[in-house]
Amino acid sequence: MAKPRIAVHKFSSCDGCQLAFLNLGEALLQLNEQVEILHFLEAGMSDVSADVDIAFVEGSLSTPDELERIRQVRANSQYLITIGACATSGGLQALRNLDGHHDEWRDAIYAQPEFIHTLKNVVPIASEVKVDLELWGCPVNSVQILAAVRALLFGVAPVDDRDRVCLECKRQQTVCVMVTQGTPCMGPVTRTGCGALCPRFGRDCYGCYGPSETAQSETLARRFAGLSLVPDAIARRFLLINSQAPAFLQAGGVFYRSGAEDPRAGDQDD
Amino acid sequence: MTSRRIRIDVPALTRVEGEGSLRLEIKGNKLVELGLSIFEPPRYFEKFLEGREAREVVDIVARICGICPVAYQISALNALESLSTQAVSPWVQRMRRAFYCGEWLQSHALHIHLLALPDYLGFDNAIAMAERHPEEVKRGLKLQGMGNALIRLFGGRSVHPVGARLGGFHHAPSAETVADLVEKLKGAQEDARNLTHFCASLPLPDDPQSFICVALHHPDHYAMESGEIHTSTGLVLNAAQFEQHFHEHHKPDSTALWSDLDGHPYLTGPLARLNINHAQLPDFLQARLQEIGFQLPSSNMFHSLIARALEIELALHEAIRLLDEYAYPDAPYNSLFLEPGIGFGMSEAPRGLLWHRYALDDQGLIQAARIVPPTSQNQARIEEDLHRSLSRFGLNHDEDALRLRAEQVIRNYDPCISCATHFLRLEKHET
Ligand code: SF4
Repeated sequence: MAKPRIAVHKFSSCDGCQLAFLNLGEALLQLNEQVEILHFLEAGMSDVSADVDIAFVEGSLSTPDELERIRQVRANSQYLITIGACATSGGLQALRNLDGHHDEWRDAIYAQPEFIHTLKNVVPIASEVKVDLELWGCPVNSVQILAAVRALLFGVAPVDDRDRVCLECKRQQTVCVMVTQGTPCMGPVTRTGCGALCPRFGRDCYGCYGPSETAQSETLARRFAGLSLVPDAIARRFLLINSQAPAFLQAGGVFYRSGAEDPRAGDQDD
Repeated sequence: MTSRRIRIDVPALTRVEGEGSLRLEIKGNKLVELGLSIFEPPRYFEKFLEGREAREVVDIVARICGICPVAYQISALNALESLSTQAVSPWVQRMRRAFYCGEWLQSHALHIHLLALPDYLGFDNAIAMAERHPEEVKRGLKLQGMGNALIRLFGGRSVHPVGARLGGFHHAPSAETVADLVEKLKGAQEDARNLTHFCASLPLPDDPQSFICVALHHPDHYAMESGEIHTSTGLVLNAAQFEQHFHEHHKPDSTALWSDLDGHPYLTGPLARLNINHAQLPDFLQARLQEIGFQLPSSNMFHSLIARALEIELALHEAIRLLDEYAYPDAPYNSLFLEPGIGFGMSEAPRGLLWHRYALDDQGLIQAARIVPPTSQNQARIEEDLHRSLSRFGLNHDEDALRLRAEQVIRNYDPCISCATHFLRLEKHET
């Protein structure tokens, strides 16, 4: 049987999710025995238009060129997997959608803004092309990546764990930071996958894996208010790494700079 | 020969962090055009730091770069904590240095093996290289893994670790976990030594050139997580004085800002650090310099590879030294009160000087932020280097040879293009 062909593409991002491959250690060499990696610039493979079985996509879309490129990637790929918050929800940089002042910022920063071709809003991959599987997390970890690859190698649908971080805390018998310290933790509405890292370190979860299944965001926002968080502070909790994920945007939007324009992203381009 | 005219386009540079391209045009024996363009879209980090709480900054700035999140976190903490009259505990200072060692180890090992070595051993990538040089590649992956383990010890995960906070760490690892890791780090020291010898045995091009070096210097040890700026031109500056001498401008056809030191390009990063601080290397590394016959200061940019290997040995040694005497602290942090004002801070990221400035208001919210990462500082130097290195290499070489040489020159700086495009020049939009 021919080895499945894969590609790893980067859009607007920090390169951190690609490290889920590059940090695999010797498993990276084993992975290479099971699949053929055709495009992965950081690792040295360059064949941007190769036809592949699986394309992994890191990063969000923020320029017209990127829109063009993702359509090409989609056309060349059997199965498209987004890796990480940027690709899946727009990521931290999508915070710029909230104010809608992108043009002014750009003009203020760059001496020749005409060279900076950017979209009005930063958007996730799925807003432009069909995505077959979304892996959440900022960053995604190697376990998620390998599980997806294995599932596809064996022809089964990858399992998508959408439980809350809270449940992971209970499984690991971690002391609840909200109950014991009154820390405003996002664990009750955040998808697991990290192994409840933050609560295990005695700190609040900050939502880097995005919303869990049936996230009760409004209930949690009210709970934060009960912990005497002011409205802006509540908004900041929800509007961070996955600010454009609907469950977070809605809850955060209610509290975001009262009096300001509607923070929800429009869809028009420059 | 004089009629020769070639264009070399490298539409997407491989084995660099982030995406960029290179364009060369040679007419006769002259380089008429050279363009290193960066087309990463800007991510406007400083802008959305505005209005955030001081305590959120560490988790936000980490996301500028997946390869060096620790550097971003520590530079930010240095800047913000300078606004407090209280200091962090000696335990926190030592553990931050150990945490930072993990990042040097991880980033340098990744660079040497996955990004740089394929050039010297004649492969397109490390995976292909592993078929012929399995031991070398495995050794590199192991060292990279040690760095990641060290970051995880304090941060829970190696990319965007969650342990650092104002005043210290959220969590202190148990003494047993630390002792286990120290054993493993000790076991990797021989690998690191072999790596240095291996790098020094490669036929690196001999290409001396003159350039200004800029690095942090600390009176007590080889500077990493803190220090003052020293330059090879004799300047000594603290973080608050940075903006008096370092200036940025926007290069057309690029999304990055470039900086200069009083109008001149300069080098920051491992070779600059080693050139400025080599007298502080521990004895075993002084001996290593002798063994491999490495003269410092060095004016050969290709020595950056050896500099990284030496810094891997240093980072391992330092981490072991700091963790060997590990004691579980009374508290992993102290709550600091931050005064409103402007805080400046910096540290030596794996790729060089990383400078931050934050204005904090009386509500404890960030009013303005400015970040200058190493790659934007090295850009002018990279371009200057390309010009002279390619001419000196010989423009009559064929296209492939010229392209490879150009890529090698660029990789010496280990440019991180993602970092380079995530910052803003603040002065303008304050008006
Ligand atoms: S999701 Fe997070 S780790 Fe992944 S590329 Fe985006 S910013 Fe980096």
